[in-house]
Amino acid sequence: MSNFVFSSYRDLRDALLSKSISVESVVSAYLSRIEAKAHLNAYLAVFKESALAHAKVLDEKLASGKPIGKLFGMPIAVKDNIAMKGEKLTCASKILENFTSIYSATVIERLLSEDAVILGKTNLDEFAMGSSNENSAFGAVKNPINESCVPGGSSGGSAAAVGGDLALVALGSDTGGSVRQPASFCNVVGLKPTYGRISRYGLVAFGSSFDQIGVLAKTAEDAALVLEVMAGEDPMDSTSSNKPVEDYARASLDPKQLRIGVPKEFFTDALDPEINAMIQTVLEKLKAQGATLAELSLPHSEYALATYYILATAEASSNLARYDGARYGYRAKEITDPTDMYVKSRSEGFGKEVKRRIMLGTYVLSAGYYDAYYRKAQKVRRLIRNDYLNAFEQVDVILSPTSPVPPFKFGEKMHDPLTMYLADIYTVPMNLAGVPAISVPIGLNAQGLPIGLQLIGNLFSESTLIGASKLVEATREHSF
Amino acid sequence: MAVSKADVDYIATLARLSFNDAEKEAMTHDLNEILNYVEKLNELNTENIEPLANMGDRTNVLREDKPVPSISNQDALKNAPDFQDRFFKVPKVIG
Repeated sequence: MSNFVFSSYRDLRDALLSKSISVESVVSAYLSRIEAKAHLNAYLAVFKESALAHAKVLDEKLASGKPIGKLFGMPIAVKDNIAMKGEKLTCASKILENFTSIYSATVIERLLSEDAVILGKTNLDEFAMGSSNENSAFGAVKNPINESCVPGGSSGGSAAAVGGDLALVALGSDTGGSVRQPASFCNVVGLKPTYGRISRYGLVAFGSSFDQIGVLAKTAEDAALVLEVMAGEDPMDSTSSNKPVEDYARASLDPKQLRIGVPKEFFTDALDPEINAMIQTVLEKLKAQGATLAELSLPHSEYALATYYILATAEASSNLARYDGARYGYRAKEITDPTDMYVKSRSEGFGKEVKRRIMLGTYVLSAGYYDAYYRKAQKVRRLIRNDYLNAFEQVDVILSPTSPVPPFKFGEKMHDPLTMYLADIYTVPMNLAGVPAISVPIGLNAQGLPIGLQLIGNLFSESTLIGASKLVEATREHSF
Repeated sequence: MAVSKADVDYIATLARLSFNDAEKEAMTHDLNEILNYVEKLNELNTENIEPLANMGDRTNVLREDKPVPSISNQDALKNAPDFQDRFFKVPKVIG
């Protein structure tokens, strides 16, 4: 703690409340590290002055004896596809390079109202489309654990920030694994809540029936605490759920009451053998503590990736139609008429992967192909969701790998889109089903690269998920 | 259902995108590769399955029909590439 590195928010909060350190000193330590690690390219914008000014206000608040918020002094980074009034919102795209938000996302308002400090905006794959952060228009992010490896994507900047102690917590967004996969690559926890648990107001839309804001943190408890603050109904997002928000951070489970499902479709030759072995070790420990393990089947798993790439690109092609050069964003210079303005602005403003997805999405929605692709995929989506809902009649959580492979090198998967898409094979099904899932770090492999495992819960069962995550975290501290 | 270069041209027109020859070639290849992969879904009989479109647990979320403040004209123009008075300015629509 002397160097202002904290293993959890609880440690930080205790130190702040005992007045042994100030919020200002904590924020300045994080800002210095961000500067020292600028080559990681985790941040696209750092709010040096406003973060320090906010820290001083919080120190005064504590000194005056006024009640303090649940996230008092928590240094948070925000993925740059979430709006903060008066700040740039680039989505790591040239098309939004000079865009400034005119309102704040609901999640930002809620974090600030509980006294969190926002350090800056983090890098991502352009419009959250990618699994390695190599698709950013402002350069790739380096993995803080091994700088020759990618940090994962699309919330790569957020994962690198938490993994590299450049923020204690970070917000990400998860459309097909974009919080969980980078979390596993950067040795941190990554939580994607149930679809609708957190308001999407102020999150730039990619696939509206998939997108969910998530949290990257050092512990499941920290992620749960931030979830607790952000979750709940929002009049600005009609898809936000009005189900009551629980005390997620305090959730705990008796391992003897826990039924864990192990889906056979997730443990095949596609899985790296060392990752498999590390997961089996965790399973053995959970079993030794009294948890019940049950092999189960999610029979439509092999169709998830195909279903996802039809539906998510279709939604993306519609959502990204708004970037037309007329009202905001990049406008091409030499233009003759409105159509010319649309075509040139979009073609010059969007990067390669974004164009590829817009093209695929436009194709599957085009006349003559709608039934064969889009409608077909919507039907398979129901089958996939039913697999999960059926499984949760037998078990409390499902345990799987987060990624089939450990963090990979730059350029390794960029030559071919399908190879890159396969990196998401274990994370996209949960976005298709709408169920919550979390990646929890379980250690380093023989090359010293971080490995995560994924826990999946039933709709709105975040408390169970957090309770189970704490048990997985505890397997690293004790041996049984 | 192989995608031809002419198909790519047509889709690009719909998507308001343009590509040079090399990009078109690569896009044709990539789309074919991905579409070939997603053909997998045809292994499944989905005849009596209802498509899943709405992921939320709520429908018809309405609010009272009362006017509330919205984004001001000034704010709405803040990010405009070009504007005049209270309006977004675009190239001439009718020649």
